[in-house]
Amino acid sequence: MIALALDVAPDAGGAFLEATVRTATPLALAALGECVSEKAGVINIGLEGSIIAGALGATVAAGLVGVGGGFAAGALCGLLVAALFALFTVGLRADQIITGTAITLFALGLTGTLYRSLFGVSGVALATPTAGVVALPGVSALPLVGRALFAQPLITYFTWGMAPLLAWWMARTHAGLALRAIGEAPDAAITAGIRPRRWQAAAVLFAGAMAGLAGSTLVLAQAGTFVENMSAGRGFIAIAIVVLGRWRPIPVLGAALLFGAANSLQTLFQSMGWTGVPYQLFLALPYLLTLAVLAGASGRAASPAALGKR
Amino acid sequence: MMSRRAAQWPRQIREPLRQAGILLGVAAIALLMLVGLLLLTGHAVGPALSALVRGAVGSSYAFTSATLVRMVPLGFAGLAVSLAFRAGLLNVGAEGQLLMGAAAATALSLPLAHVSPWLAIPLLLLCGGVAGAGWAGVAAVLRARFGVLEVISTIMLNFLALYVTGYLVRGPLQEPTRINPQSDTLPSALQLPVLLDGTRLHAGVPLLVLAAVLMWWWLSHTASGFRVRAVGASPSAAQSAGGINVSRTVLLAFLGSGLLAGLGGAVEYLGITFALYENFSPGYGYTAIAVALLARLHPLGVLVSALVFGALDAGANAMQRDAGVPNVVVSVVVAMLILLIVAADRFVGQSTIARGTSGRPAESGT
Repeated sequence: MIALALDVAPDAGGAFLEATVRTATPLALAALGECVSEKAGVINIGLEGSIIAGALGATVAAGLVGVGGGFAAGALCGLLVAALFALFTVGLRADQIITGTAITLFALGLTGTLYRSLFGVSGVALATPTAGVVALPGVSALPLVGRALFAQPLITYFTWGMAPLLAWWMARTHAGLALRAIGEAPDAAITAGIRPRRWQAAAVLFAGAMAGLAGSTLVLAQAGTFVENMSAGRGFIAIAIVVLGRWRPIPVLGAALLFGAANSLQTLFQSMGWTGVPYQLFLALPYLLTLAVLAGASGRAASPAALGKR
Repeated sequence: MMSRRAAQWPRQIREPLRQAGILLGVAAIALLMLVGLLLLTGHAVGPALSALVRGAVGSSYAFTSATLVRMVPLGFAGLAVSLAFRAGLLNVGAEGQLLMGAAAATALSLPLAHVSPWLAIPLLLLCGGVAGAGWAGVAAVLRARFGVLEVISTIMLNFLALYVTGYLVRGPLQEPTRINPQSDTLPSALQLPVLLDGTRLHAGVPLLVLAAVLMWWWLSHTASGFRVRAVGASPSAAQSAGGINVSRTVLLAFLGSGLLAGLGGAVEYLGITFALYENFSPGYGYTAIAVALLARLHPLGVLVSALVFGALDAGANAMQRDAGVPNVVVSVVVAMLILLIVAADRFVGQSTIARGTSGRPAESGT
């Protein structure tokens, strides 16, 4: 497919890979966080809410204190939304699925309300400063993969680093083992002196902060502006990515790249001059892929045994 | 903890009283939330709330042409979510099923333009219901065959329905001048009859009441309705002690749920919008979750709670028009209502809702 593209436009392949990595970054951030939360037995369908809250928080803060502050504020907003989720699910043992659905609705409504109240509905797009690309000298000039892998904003490199770090943490540290014990065998974990609720709350907050970073990335490294509902189901896609990555950080990163690729096919096909196919089909591709992945991943399932249980 | 005196009251009195108390508390907190949000966003609370009330029940026109009219899609979608919930399914896909119902009715309205309305209107409604059931059927199959959590699959299907609608109104179903991304206007002969001259109140309202009564009767008086409730209460008990075919019952409930949502979409098209366009549903399917929970999943209760949310929706639009408060503020109130109801259930114990959603056996990979 890439070879075909190269026939049409010399740089189409490189542009495709670059777009793949760019769209995969927020998905990977959210999915890595959710991976940790699910390992602790909590499925957070409210991830979408943390993403959109992170996006708005990043927009507001970036305008005031710049890009770095934008990312920090985005993470904080994502964390706050997740704290509300944790309050109801970990604190009150309310149903995780219903609570998550409500949290998403809550955050979509709240961000819409705040955005319209703060910036009006003038129709003028609010431009934020955007994160600059950090090109690694030498390697970023490599053909095809150079720009995709080595000329990205810092948040992408952060994501690259986060996956192996989490993998190591979960496999090799005492804390990581404790976290997994809670998701697999909560009763045994309690016997071992672990306090599940504290760990679950911490894991949910971590996932919320990561989802907030994902939302910040959408604004500060991609769109350069906030749009209502711009999270566009990425929270739910991230949950599918966790399943596809079999609850392991590095495969999760790989799965996110696959979804990024599905998203970027659109630009690739456009550059190839495919105009006969309705563009909605390409827009629908990530959602179709999510369904296919979830269907295909069953049977070989290895989800944490206590996932979603109270 | 219940006081000793309350504990001695007969259950028939105690239970509704307790429920009413919970709902009142929840409503009061939601109102406080709304006021807080208005203050936070710098809106004048008085004018905003008065616009809310006026827009919902301030005049007979507001009541019939805004509140009652919005109650219809919310009610059908609320019945849909309730039915799924009763079987232990969380159908977040009423939004997409409603869209597909409207799209199917739109697609069929052209070929049926010259057929007698007595035949055409029921056919269009049926077609909408079947399309909604079909869309839900995809999620049902994914759940039954592949163990895909329906919460995620139905949300993905919502996005897909949006893109299908977007394609239809920019392609095959676009109006002839090809300027606006919307369908032809439905010929007036095929529109649902208006019940009160000078208003938008249409025959969809009695149709909704009929659907709610039928669903209530079916759930409480038929064997298949009982099976749905049994599976929702405890799939394993229904299987082992009741000898119920759980997966068939779940499929049935899912299809019925989609049917109701699709029907709601067709009714909305035939009764109010008369055309299909991209933002056909302003999130009716999501509000429907709150409608169902507030109604304690009771079909007749859905009528009341759909009326409440219809009024809230109508009021929110008036609030945006007259007081400049963004109408999405309603989503926040709806979400808070869901959270509070779920939390209240945990506090007072003995949940009537959602026994089966996250407590289900972990046979699925999601």
